[in-house]
Amino acid sequence: MARALITIPPNPKRNSIIEIRVLIQHPMETGLRPDAEGKVQPRNIIRRFECRFIVGDKSDLIFSAELFPAISANPYIAFHLRATQNGTLNFQWTGDNGFAQTETAALVVV
Amino acid sequence: MNGYVKNVVATIALGTILLNVHAAEKRKSGYDIMSPSTQALQNDDSQNPAMLWVKDGEALWNRAAGEAKKSCATCHSGAVKSMRGVAARYPAFEPKSKRPINLQQRINLCQKNYQRAEPFSAESSELLSIESYVAMQSRGLPIAPPRDARLTASRERGQQFFQQRIGQLDLSCADCHDNHAGKKLGSATIPEAHPTAYPLYRLEWQSVGSLQRRLRNCMSGVRAEPYTFGAQEFIELELYMTLRAAGMRIETPGVRP
Repeated sequence: MARALITIPPNPKRNSIIEIRVLIQHPMETGLRPDAEGKVQPRNIIRRFECRFIVGDKSDLIFSAELFPAISANPYIAFHLRATQNGTLNFQWTGDNGFAQTETAALVVV
Repeated sequence: MNGYVKNVVATIALGTILLNVHAAEKRKSGYDIMSPSTQALQNDDSQNPAMLWVKDGEALWNRAAGEAKKSCATCHSGAVKSMRGVAARYPAFEPKSKRPINLQQRINLCQKNYQRAEPFSAESSELLSIESYVAMQSRGLPIAPPRDARLTASRERGQQFFQQRIGQLDLSCADCHDNHAGKKLGSATIPEAHPTAYPLYRLEWQSVGSLQRRLRNCMSGVRAEPYTFGAQEFIELELYMTLRAAGMRIETPGVRP
């Protein structure tokens, strides 16, 4: 499993706007580069990132992004959201070769 | 001692101190000459991609390995305390093999002797991760090469190598990094070659790499045959480079363009 770093401000004030930062280990191979033998390496990128906010049974998509070959390895994504209530943030990366990773983090407002 | 002489002595002493401080400030880390956007990546651990390797290193530190089923933490406990300042004094003399070794070699020796595990291969993600984690504990500390007479001969050979012209382009390290530092090589500013932030994340590599990877890049850049990873010549060069950068602050995990 790839290493992911998720940064959420601790205990944000209710209704404040917070920045979420996510960083994941991935080669983001473009599919255009030759290797040492001159053979073009197959594309291997993350295609999509999604963040959902889960409270009980309710799961809302709050941010998503499509990723392309020009994005660097170990892609870093930052976005904002309004911290309205306690819940769980669910982060999902999906990509080539069946790449799929899910991370969760608790959001606790004060 | 009359007042005048005292004053002169005090002034000279102060002058020497100021000169030393000034000399230390004149040296520039690669950080100082890179763009603000690249600096921002290094400034903030939540943006720094090298932190992915540091986190891996932290996990490795606590993972039992080898026949001895020991982790690094079994002997050293918490790295935050026990590894503080360690990276600042490597390469150091290893009495058993009677030669200088760098931090990576120290880690691999520990694995072999105490964990009885297969050492990590050169430039492997595991070795870079654990080295990053150990070296990060010295972040902010000045590079402090050991005053060890047994290192003198190796250091001198390192200095010789630094000044030796090599490769088809017939350039020495000193040609670029002493004589032309701060000027341009293509679009890139030539740095002063102070190893303050290794292992570091190079945007060009899209990965974390060691000082020796960087040195090998430089060697092939001047069309010389690079030494293999772990070659004694590299350790000697590292010894000289840390002496040259003595007192500069460690930035690990660094980011470079």
